[in-house]
Amino acid sequence: MTISDLRNAAADSGATGSGAPEATAAVVPGKTKPKRTWRSYSVYAGLALIFAYCLAPFYWMLVSSLRRTADIFDNTLLPAPFSLENYAKVFDGSTMFGQALLNSLIVAGTTTTFALVLGVFAAYAISRLNFRFKSLILGVIIATSMFPGISVVVPLLRLFTDIGWINTYQAMIVPNLSFAIPLAVWNLTTFMKALPFDLEEAAMIDGCTKWQAFRRVLLPLAAPGVFTTAILTFIHSWNEFIIALSMINDPKIQTATVAISKFTGATEFQAPFGEQMAAGVIVTVPLVIMVLIFQRRIVEGLTAGASK
Amino acid sequence: MTTTTAPPAGAQTGTPHAPGPRRRGKRSPGEGRMAAMLLSPTILVLALVIVYPLLSAVHQSLFRAESGLDADGFVSDVESFVGLANYADLFVGESGRRFLNAFANTTFFTVTTVFLETVLGLCLALAMNRAFRGRSFLRASILVPWAVPTAVSGLLWRWIFQSDGIANNLLGSEILWTAEGNASRVAVIIAEVWKTAPFIGLLVLAGMQVIPGEVYEAARIDGAGWWRQLGSITLPLVKPTLLVAVLFRMLDALRMFDLPFVLIGPGKESVETLSMLAWDESNQLRYGSASAFAVMLFLYVAVVAIVFVKVLGADVTGAKELKLLSKKTARKNRLAASQTQANTEVSDQKKAEATR
Repeated sequence: MTISDLRNAAADSGATGSGAPEATAAVVPGKTKPKRTWRSYSVYAGLALIFAYCLAPFYWMLVSSLRRTADIFDNTLLPAPFSLENYAKVFDGSTMFGQALLNSLIVAGTTTTFALVLGVFAAYAISRLNFRFKSLILGVIIATSMFPGISVVVPLLRLFTDIGWINTYQAMIVPNLSFAIPLAVWNLTTFMKALPFDLEEAAMIDGCTKWQAFRRVLLPLAAPGVFTTAILTFIHSWNEFIIALSMINDPKIQTATVAISKFTGATEFQAPFGEQMAAGVIVTVPLVIMVLIFQRRIVEGLTAGASK
Repeated sequence: MTTTTAPPAGAQTGTPHAPGPRRRGKRSPGEGRMAAMLLSPTILVLALVIVYPLLSAVHQSLFRAESGLDADGFVSDVESFVGLANYADLFVGESGRRFLNAFANTTFFTVTTVFLETVLGLCLALAMNRAFRGRSFLRASILVPWAVPTAVSGLLWRWIFQSDGIANNLLGSEILWTAEGNASRVAVIIAEVWKTAPFIGLLVLAGMQVIPGEVYEAARIDGAGWWRQLGSITLPLVKPTLLVAVLFRMLDALRMFDLPFVLIGPGKESVETLSMLAWDESNQLRYGSASAFAVMLFLYVAVVAIVFVKVLGADVTGAKELKLLSKKTARKNRLAASQTQANTEVSDQKKAEATR
């Protein structure tokens, strides 16, 4: 339903005028009110514009990745001879891209797990317990999320060199926690604060300890929030670049975002654009799928911190 | 800290103290201990990955490696204490010129991108707020630029901005977008705004959706047009949300690294940001000056954040909400927790609006 609406909208505003009458018929069946039609036209035109703005560059990446190397500079809207050549090249072994994807999965997954475990406890304390300096602590944790990554990378690069952590997973996971934990704590705190206290209170009146009330009542209730936080933290860790770039120089350990940034040919003029686009699509597609499935939750999580 | 205001708040409203002052009333020592236990792992890890590096950066910035080879031809590892010399060098000589250039670039990118993002994000939010059909589909598509990793978006835009790429083709121009110069700055700004305007749009939309329709209805009855409604209702009511969004985006733009690094490349004067400069220096093993750059960037970010929170009153931590919650419970008012600050604030403002 919604998709067909948008298609109509795209047809309305687009260069092809032929689709317009049908589209109007679909939107306002039967009678036509001039003013209202004009208005819905402008709204749909605006929507189509937003739609194109968001998706056109991504679409161009997708189309370019499906061209043959010979016609990579074509400007047709669809790949003329459809080809998976670039995808085959990405995985042909010389670039270790598959390994890079696995590394990204390991690093982002571990980071997310650690951040969530610590975050759930911290968020419970902040949202449910009474103690001194509470908002100060929350403020400090949030402030750390605004910390510029490079200020962590420069000193840790030195430390990790000294203790031999360069080219290890933990050299990425530990610094990743510097942004993952504040993100997790903040999101979970906002979420838990919004949950009613009554159920836990009832459980405690019935003889549960605080810990039992937390584990048996709050945690199941908070599961959607924990899940949302997990998605957001995972996406942030998956997209992380500067830490992975600095701590790793061994292609066997590097993550996907760093790997594709190093997909360059011998000179700038021989850059394998097709392969780069294919790799970009592969790195992005899991995220886009996640976004499509969990869009409501992601938007909730993103906006929870800013608007209450 | 806000919780300490709970008992006085209850006293002010004149409600008798709740018989079972279990929750927001008196603090039991057990709760404090439990909170300490639950929070200490988080605080410990944050101290390890943030406080320690920061102190270490300050420390390293006071030293300078005597780079080069020693008499026997080995790489020398000697570091000498130079005091604030690394900081003094930020303003003079070759390294000073580079620092000031990076500082100017960072500021320029932050101001231009955040301004454009805010304007565009507001427009996106206004358009989405009016749309009832296809909203969820729109929301999904608006999340796509946000979800694309910055490094990938750098690659994507480098492809678009190739000398014989689609951008020049559509414009009918022959601009070298990804070389040095102002064109590369424009390329970075376009790519950054594309990726982040939807984020502001989403935040602002969330702020707009809690504004009750009756406010607009009342305004319409009073004869306020669309522009008047925008200026007198929408903008003032989304201002708190917008402030927080702009703050986040500014702090994010100040540490910009991935995008110019991938889109244009390292060591390009016209797009080199402070993060890129510090990274480059540490890559050359000049940890002293790299740390000095990193510390300066940290201070810059801190100043911007403090100005936003103190002067403009961006409510980042939700402290206002905490206060409100504790007042509510003191009144034994068991409203669902979902109706918190936003709603109450809006209804207060609505009342004010209505009486105006």
